[in-house]
Amino acid sequence: MAALLDIRNLTVAFDTAAGPFKAVDGIDITIDPREVLAIVGESGSGKSVAMLAVMGLLPNTAKVTADVMQFDGQDMLPMTDREKRQIIGREITMIFQEPMASLNPCYTVGFQIEEVLTRILGMSPRDARTRAIELFEAVGIPDPAERLGSYPHQMSGGQCQRVMIAIAIACNPKLLIADEPTTALDVTIQKQILDLLMDLQEKHGMGLIIITHDMGVVAETADRVVVQYQGKKMEEADVLSLFEAPKNAYTRALLSALPENATGSRLSTVSDFMAAHQGEGA
Amino acid sequence: MANPEIVIEGRSITRDYTMRTGVFSAPRVIHAVNGVDFAVERGKTLAIVGESGCGKSTLARIITLIDPATSGTLLIEGKPVDIGTQPMTKALRATVQIVFQNPYGSLNPRQKVGDVLMEPLLLNTDTPSAERRERAMAMLQKVGLKTEHFNRYPHMFSGGQRQRIAIARALMLNPRLLVLDEPVSALDLSVQAQVLNLLRDLQEEFNLTYVFISHDLSVVRYLADDVMVMLKGEVVERGSRDQVFSDPRHAYTQKLFAATPVTDVAAIRARVARRATMMQERV
Repeated sequence: MAALLDIRNLTVAFDTAAGPFKAVDGIDITIDPREVLAIVGESGSGKSVAMLAVMGLLPNTAKVTADVMQFDGQDMLPMTDREKRQIIGREITMIFQEPMASLNPCYTVGFQIEEVLTRILGMSPRDARTRAIELFEAVGIPDPAERLGSYPHQMSGGQCQRVMIAIAIACNPKLLIADEPTTALDVTIQKQILDLLMDLQEKHGMGLIIITHDMGVVAETADRVVVQYQGKKMEEADVLSLFEAPKNAYTRALLSALPENATGSRLSTVSDFMAAHQGEGA
Repeated sequence: MANPEIVIEGRSITRDYTMRTGVFSAPRVIHAVNGVDFAVERGKTLAIVGESGCGKSTLARIITLIDPATSGTLLIEGKPVDIGTQPMTKALRATVQIVFQNPYGSLNPRQKVGDVLMEPLLLNTDTPSAERRERAMAMLQKVGLKTEHFNRYPHMFSGGQRQRIAIARALMLNPRLLVLDEPVSALDLSVQAQVLNLLRDLQEEFNLTYVFISHDLSVVRYLADDVMVMLKGEVVERGSRDQVFSDPRHAYTQKLFAATPVTDVAAIRARVARRATMMQERV
């Protein structure tokens, strides 16, 4: 089976006074159709930057290079921005950490989802309204017809994230990238949003990339996991082997820093662990 | 009757906020905290668990003597304290201190770390300046920073280091009670582990009493002796850590547990198997 997204040797560098800084340093990422891939790492590991590079959302100061960047059999590297826009926003869509900040506070959520439907899919306003109600229903927003007239500030964080998901799946994308989709949410709302994402993923057969720092979210969603640290890939494994028998020292360090894995009274920290396992794997 | 080992006690603490909804309509009263009782023994940790809007941070502000309660009695070491009617004393201020969630927001960006640490002594005690400096240096090392950090500004530190500074500042007055309002939820996993270890060490060393506010059950399980679960301003469940974690009684507590992701290998295996059969059915 051909990969849905295939990226080899992705590097993202930013120029700084001290020379180029590589936020992402030669990473390979592939995801199959209908697969759920989790990219895990701490702040500064380059996990978001790698995906923003794929989406073309980085500022011009970022230098993005890759040996291979293929989506669904199409080579994205030689594409012009105009050609890329045929894919990005239609076949690959993305949702972000701060649902409130991702929506425009000046327009109703109905306007914002209908805009996608009329502009990208060329629907008539009337069809767009009907489809918007269907989409709100699909993501579990109560009273969808009425909610279309609400502004983002009138909705809770969880509801806003549902709106973002509705917008993201409006064009039936083949790949949805979720960047820390539940970090700003309460634990019960997190559960609802993750369940929703998994449900939609199964129903529509999309590929789903979840970027997260939360090992709990990984355990609940992923098929396969990529662990990233300081711009490099530390380990890649299916979710079960990763938790059962992590191969890389950094992955083991991360897992042993989980409070639920505390042995005795002290938590082992990543720095202890890295010091003790210098030169092994990492 | 007062048990000297109880550092802080609250009896039916209530905090109301009145909201004006319109010019002519009657104002609406919101019970942010509604009749909460609690007591914490010396050297113990009480965890208050709940989701946004449950009143846990309002309660933290009342315990820290930042806001007065609308009604109810707050006792510190057996003595009733009401900042609504009594003036706030320096001695009282030295008893209770707080560490906030966001170490980026709770440190003044224009104040050097040394000044951050010396300020509580300057405001609340008559400590001479040489001793203030000495004590700030000692505290800096106590929380795992170095003396050369003394003259640096907050922006030069990482999130975890900043939270250490906030903890050091809270400890400068030798408080008996430390209120920790989500102290690790803004931190990365590995840094979180370091700060949790530090909190444990400090508690042991100074025999500190903690009120630990969190929404993260795995952190609570690691640190707490007693647990109190809040929902909409009221306590729905309380008990020792083992009691609450092994046998949650209230439906809301059970819901919280069910929603918390598990990193247990058996649970992952079950989920992967479930997903595999589902995918097969679809193909």
